[in-house]
Amino acid sequence: MTGVIDHWSKDVEYDLDDVALRIRRRVLDMCLGRGQGYAGQGLALADVFAHLYFRVMRRNPDGSLLDRFVLSTGHSAIALFATLGELGVYEEEELRTYGQAGSRIEESPLEGTPGFEITGGSLGQGLSQAVGMALGERLRGSGAKVYCLLSDGELQEGQVWEAAMSASHHHLDNLVAIVDNNHMQADGAPAQVMEVEPVVERLAAFGFVAERIDGHDHEALRRVLPHASVAQHGPVAIVLETVPGKGVETFEHHHKVHYLRLTRDVWDEAIAELG
Amino acid sequence: MTDTAAGSVKLERTNVRSIARAPLVEAPFATTVVELGRERPDIVVLSADLSKYTDIHPFAETFPERFFQLGMAEQNMMGVAGGLAKTGFCPIAVTYTVFATRRAGDQVQMALATGHRTAVIAAFLPGITTPFRASHQGTDDLAIMRAIPGMTVIDPMDATELSAALRAAVSVPGPVYLRGLRASVAEVLVPPYEFEIGRARLLREGSDVGLVGTGLGTQWALEAAELLETRGTSAAVLHVPTIKPFDTTAVVEFASHFRALVSVENHSVVGGLGSAVCEAVAGAGMACRVRRCGVPDRWADAGPLDFIRERLGLDGPSLATSVVDNQEAAR
Repeated sequence: MTGVIDHWSKDVEYDLDDVALRIRRRVLDMCLGRGQGYAGQGLALADVFAHLYFRVMRRNPDGSLLDRFVLSTGHSAIALFATLGELGVYEEEELRTYGQAGSRIEESPLEGTPGFEITGGSLGQGLSQAVGMALGERLRGSGAKVYCLLSDGELQEGQVWEAAMSASHHHLDNLVAIVDNNHMQADGAPAQVMEVEPVVERLAAFGFVAERIDGHDHEALRRVLPHASVAQHGPVAIVLETVPGKGVETFEHHHKVHYLRLTRDVWDEAIAELG
Repeated sequence: MTDTAAGSVKLERTNVRSIARAPLVEAPFATTVVELGRERPDIVVLSADLSKYTDIHPFAETFPERFFQLGMAEQNMMGVAGGLAKTGFCPIAVTYTVFATRRAGDQVQMALATGHRTAVIAAFLPGITTPFRASHQGTDDLAIMRAIPGMTVIDPMDATELSAALRAAVSVPGPVYLRGLRASVAEVLVPPYEFEIGRARLLREGSDVGLVGTGLGTQWALEAAELLETRGTSAAVLHVPTIKPFDTTAVVEFASHFRALVSVENHSVVGGLGSAVCEAVAGAGMACRVRRCGVPDRWADAGPLDFIRERLGLDGPSLATSVVDNQEAAR
């Protein structure tokens, strides 16, 4: 998030359960404008984003982020926008223009949008850029770590494995791949579309120190991030078991949770359910 | 044609040697990359298992910490280049034309072209400079790269220009696609020669017919022009090394002196120099008959360069005939 100023403070002890809840509220609030959006992904990723941006990623003395975040799964941008909203990078009013014509709060934004380091969305490409950043930060001697979020569906793209191979070949111990294992892609579950499991074993075979955790278990998130990133001479992968729509029960069981297009009363009920 | 101004543009002639007398020199890519590495600590070089065949092995040996071997994986290499660019480095990603533009086309666009950071894709085996047919002959790369917003596209014509263009490329605020030449290359442009991105060069004055070339195609155009001269036809040659941004002003000015133009390129006649020339003259509302000489819309032949050129009508005598035919047709 080079050059982006936010309102994070080192003097505040953030309650990450509360931060995650507020990110979830923002995700739903962002979808109200058009009555649609990638709310399922936003709700699924609220917990890990709360940890990354409010606890894990380190800061420079001026408050800017030292560590870098790469969002490969472009349509999960809603989670990052909501988190950046929590950090004061975006105003609530602008976030409500999510996906609207002419808005910079795009459903799958290009690099250069504040907080977005790369152009995601053409899936399977983010890890390669994260590898490049990890090589670059190591060469600079900055000490920065690079966190890359990708999804289980993206693992079907061959480039992900090219990137994984290069991460271990170049001993990138400053790279952390976070796989959003949400068991959901456009045509259904990966198990039916194209099996990606066993994800942990496959990443381990490509040289990652890999571990699977419940992506909504804050204790587990606290344990693996950033402790897992002090791996020995190689990259780390954290496979998050997430539930699309997490926190809103009707969404968790919605057959079109990949992209929700709902009436206003359903959105209102969801917001009420979050509390 | 003379170099006097017509309209507001004046085309000054750039010094070239006769093609027949131009010396062959070792391609200067390797030495230039090493020089740049010395001058610029931000220069990093990436290879996808072709460092020995794309003249970057000397850089790898001189600056091992700034050389990144990515193995036979061009898609990942372009992404890695994008990441390095975003951490403040100037990546030079080096491979063959076909792999850079076909295999890793989306990665070039997403990782290198949606932002404004400097990055150079240096692509060897341009056009028909390799005997391996469809798999290795990059005959569509200029067309593909030219369609990418913000991409600078350069096809150097000789050793002098290859070195100068690489030097210019690493300072462009955005991605650059540069065709590379290896092994023995003619030195046609007389040093000192400064490459200017987006500037076409008048290499030869002539009053009867006009040829427009890029890359090795410019050497072939000069061959044809020299041949025509012996037959009493005065041929002018305009060299357009930067395919994008295209020097529309110079091409239009050049075209204004002739009823017919012939474009010559080491590339398909679809989407490259010839197409750009047609766009320029048509866009200016000119009545100019343009004949596009290059690889026809089919896979080129296998064999040595001279053999393929003859097969495709790109040798000097065939091009000279095309120029005369086109001129006759325009009467």
